[in-house]
Amino acid sequence: MKRIVVASLFFMALLGIWSIASGSGRWSPVLFPSPWSVAKYLQGALLDGTLVEAIFVTMKRLLVGYAIGLLIGLPLGLLTSSSQMLEDTIGALALGLQTLPSVCWVPLALLWFGQTEGAMLFVVVMGTVWSVIIATDHGACTIPPIYARAARTMGSQGLHLWTRVMLPASLPFLVSGMKQGWAFAWRSLMAAEIYVTILTGFGLGQLLHYGRELQAMDQVIGAMAMIVLIGSLADRILFSPWERFLHRRWGTNAE
Amino acid sequence: MNMAEAQWQGVTPEHVSGASSKLIVESVSKWFRTPRATVHALDSISIQVAAGEVVCLVGPSGCGKSTLLDIIAGLTKPDSGRVLADGQLVTGPGRQRLVVFQEPSLFPWLDVFGNVMFGLKLCPELTNDERREVAHRFLGLVGLDKFERVHVHELSGGMKQRVALARALAADPQVLLMDEPFGALDAMTREHLYDDVQRIWRDSGKTIVFVTHNMREAVCLGDRVLLMSRAPGKIIQAFDIPLPRPRSIYDVELVGHAARVADALRGTVGGGVPE
Repeated sequence: MKRIVVASLFFMALLGIWSIASGSGRWSPVLFPSPWSVAKYLQGALLDGTLVEAIFVTMKRLLVGYAIGLLIGLPLGLLTSSSQMLEDTIGALALGLQTLPSVCWVPLALLWFGQTEGAMLFVVVMGTVWSVIIATDHGACTIPPIYARAARTMGSQGLHLWTRVMLPASLPFLVSGMKQGWAFAWRSLMAAEIYVTILTGFGLGQLLHYGRELQAMDQVIGAMAMIVLIGSLADRILFSPWERFLHRRWGTNAE
Repeated sequence: MNMAEAQWQGVTPEHVSGASSKLIVESVSKWFRTPRATVHALDSISIQVAAGEVVCLVGPSGCGKSTLLDIIAGLTKPDSGRVLADGQLVTGPGRQRLVVFQEPSLFPWLDVFGNVMFGLKLCPELTNDERREVAHRFLGLVGLDKFERVHVHELSGGMKQRVALARALAADPQVLLMDEPFGALDAMTREHLYDDVQRIWRDSGKTIVFVTHNMREAVCLGDRVLLMSRAPGKIIQAFDIPLPRPRSIYDVELVGHAARVADALRGTVGGGVPE
């Protein structure tokens, strides 16, 4: 309870400083709008449907790209962890490409796919898949072999061994791989939406981009606020329950 | 079936016919090959364990005693020789021979009760109600019936090994293999567990093979103590421990037996192998 009070006081103070600074008249309100004009923009965008539409489009792209990234990344991560040859080849490739910021995929995606949803998806998948491989691989390498040994003496083998022992044993690493992937997918999509301007859907990144084109600072800040809000909400809703479960069971911090 | 096995099938060594031998290890050898060297770990080891007997394997560290236990469990294949359990050739791990490991081997994603149930769920002859009843009973036997819903990481080291013991016993194995199960525990907890193991052995009459490097532990628990040499591991001496049970590790006679084993071990570590 005390923590909630402290946190709300902090954010209220932040809003207070912002509104005093913007009201002081030292900076042009065009470049430095007050929190109230940003709120008014968000309210208007919410009522006329642009905001809901943008969130919907963004989430759809994110979920599709993220799902493809996981579908490729999780099995590949498990494979690289189980074979030295795959580790030296695919693992090394993943390690290299993971250092490439996802925005660097945009020029290539634009040339290959043009101004299409495909380009957008490509950037998200490329931004996600390598980090998922690395996180899963790293995790699976650290499963204590004693679990499989103990289970085998009790008569567990084959499918039973994989679903009842190896899968739950690797859960902490799968979750950290998925969380890593989510963070990367989200960043990649924002980069893609800002740079790939297409007409098939108008996402949050594009809202931000056109805010700049129109010099509408309230729109820019409003879109940024929404991106922060959705990013942290997704973290809460998607991963916190898992992490709490892991923390309770394993007694370790899953962070 | 490979050549060696076929050969074994043809002859019946006289000690196989002894129906009282629960477990027979016949001239088992094992080499470990690493890129840099080949280590001869076990050198034609033969052991017979009678039903209901407790046999302790002691030896210097690195003598291959844990490897031997792994081979008996079926987790590792011997390079030559074979292991028979109840007259059956051991070809892989199975719940007739359950292991209590030194490292904590409980599954952290299950609670205490779930861990004991894991082995029981692999016993198709039991109904679910029977499984639950058995799990309750064995957790009671190791004194942890109050901790059934506790998560593994919340247990102390001694409690974890008690749960591992209950998990192994619950599935009613023919042979219980214990690989330095109390090595990582403090002295006080260990002494408690010696009492528990002796009580459980008295009540269940299980055949137990117990690996340790602690002489007093070996003498306290074993009907027989087998001393292994440093690698390549061989059984170099056997000690009968004809003391009444339950034994206390502070018993003067027991300490005397432990000293005998320790003296013999010192001979092997010093290099001279007393034959």
